[in-house]
Amino acid sequence: MTRFFVRRLILIVLTLFVVSIAIFAVTTVLPGDVAQVILGKGATPQDVETLRNELGLNRPAYSQYMGWIGGIVQGDLGDSLYLRRPIAELLQSRLTNSLVLAVFAFFVAIPSAVLVGIWAGTHRDSRTDRVMSTMSMVAISLPEFVTGMLLIVILSSTLHLLPSSSMMLPGTSPLTRPQILIMPALTLTGVIFGYVMRMTRANVIEVLQCNYVRTAILKGLPMQRVILHHVVPNAILPTITIVAASIGWLLGGLIVVEVVFAYPGLGRLLLGAVETRDVPLLQITTLIIAATFTFSNLAADLLCAVLDRRVRLS
Amino acid sequence: MMARTHHPSNFFNTVLTASIEQVSPALRALSNGLKLALMTNAGRVGLSLIVVHLTLAFVGSWLAPYSATDFHLEHQLEAPSSQFWLGTDQFGRDILSRLMNGAGSIIAISLAGTLLGLALGTSVGLISAYVGGTLDDLIMRVMDGLMSFPTLLLALLVLTMAPPPEEWLPSWLAWNGLNVVLTIAIVFMPWVARVIRSATLPLKVAEFVQNARLRGEGTLYMIFVEILPNVFPVLVVEVSVRLSYAILLASSIGFLGLGIQPPSPDWGLMISEGRMFLVNAPWVALAPAVAISSLVVGVNLFSDGMRQAQKLPRTK
Repeated sequence: MTRFFVRRLILIVLTLFVVSIAIFAVTTVLPGDVAQVILGKGATPQDVETLRNELGLNRPAYSQYMGWIGGIVQGDLGDSLYLRRPIAELLQSRLTNSLVLAVFAFFVAIPSAVLVGIWAGTHRDSRTDRVMSTMSMVAISLPEFVTGMLLIVILSSTLHLLPSSSMMLPGTSPLTRPQILIMPALTLTGVIFGYVMRMTRANVIEVLQCNYVRTAILKGLPMQRVILHHVVPNAILPTITIVAASIGWLLGGLIVVEVVFAYPGLGRLLLGAVETRDVPLLQITTLIIAATFTFSNLAADLLCAVLDRRVRLS
Repeated sequence: MMARTHHPSNFFNTVLTASIEQVSPALRALSNGLKLALMTNAGRVGLSLIVVHLTLAFVGSWLAPYSATDFHLEHQLEAPSSQFWLGTDQFGRDILSRLMNGAGSIIAISLAGTLLGLALGTSVGLISAYVGGTLDDLIMRVMDGLMSFPTLLLALLVLTMAPPPEEWLPSWLAWNGLNVVLTIAIVFMPWVARVIRSATLPLKVAEFVQNARLRGEGTLYMIFVEILPNVFPVLVVEVSVRLSYAILLASSIGFLGLGIQPPSPDWGLMISEGRMFLVNAPWVALAPAVAISSLVVGVNLFSDGMRQAQKLPRTK
């Protein structure tokens, strides 16, 4: 187990290294002259030169990268170019807000999706299964902004149950007005629920066709026991990997959902950085989201390894 | 040394032979997929939805009753009527005409992005698996790195930093959806590469490939003529799955305002603009929302049908 853990950890460090290089390459090397891109075509050569100096663009690329990543490792995230404030300061409340929303959506969506998936898989082709499968198909086919908009039309403008916007006063926490979290969380839930439920259902159906399940049924075990002890433990392993992958959807969806509901989280900060061409802020926010995804994959791998000895030994 | 009589190891000849010999297995895999999908209800419904959208994409701009960009300022935010079937937006533009004109661009963008991503991913996956060793390790680590980005995030990053097409292409080629196409391709590449790589690994040691190697064929011939045709069935499934992601991704990009620029009609952008009138004129945002959703539902149903049918016992 320790060897497996250490090997996974080394791999993660390597992946994060590749991720940081990718972000750096795309934001600094790819556009040619970043200063020109940030300032636009109308900028005077003098302005461009000043910005080049400020960003340290006159140094060779590897030295820029080392300076950037070195700063991050030591806790110095740099300053936002547009807002002229330390990025660490900007991140504080945004990170918590997004985390609250994501965790809320995650704990609503995943357990219910897995349960419904198991139920649908064991009651394959029943009427409820058909209804649930059709609904999950529609759920994965709607983009987040469409789901969010439909919720606003139904719950907010028609039924007047919830506020249509999740704007917050600066310095307040979303938990003081939890009702603003409901629609964004439901929207996020929609997408990953459909995805995880479909995959869980498929896994359950696959396991049900295994010989050992047939043996268990034929030797006269009650169906409930077969499902709980033979089917679910084996179907849950591939499901964990699926759940980890769905976190990528969750994080991507977060960006869109925060825009739809005007929720002040990391995604809106990132989009703000995109609109103002605030490259330092864009780099850090992207890095945070990618790192979160990487670590959630690591967590899934470790969980699988704890549950299944075969994974550890391979 | 053995003379290579039937295939000289000239790059162009190899590629030419490869492309001729591959058209038929590619078509066969495609028509096979179509036939399979049509055996299920999901596949039939899906295909009909796709056909409706494709028709709109090809002839929509001719059939549209009005221009997509003309303002009718005396008819702002009008509800659906016999004059404007789906109502008008904040500038009095006919929503039906905008939808019909926008169908082409979203389908072209998603299709081109998917195909380019498949081409890139397939090449990377084939080469990585075939060459193996350190190069394989290196390529796969880079692909892992790219896959550590949630897709939308990587797309935003690339789109923000990529120079607009008119700066690096001649004006007749500089279509402003081109960056979205390239972005989708880059985002898809690692996922396709991984699937193709694992499909290639067992083929690499298959007997017919070993035979070709003993005949003294070159690397390019081995990869493109011997191995590639055998991964086509995997590719057909990949196309149908990727395509629905591509439509979702392209519409999200449009919604965030980073895709096709106004006044060209983009379904995602139309929804984003229509959100402001959600209370008084919901049709402005709902019409394009239905358009996007029905397209994605169609593609998803179709690929579901195809996969269902593959699991059915073959009656042949």
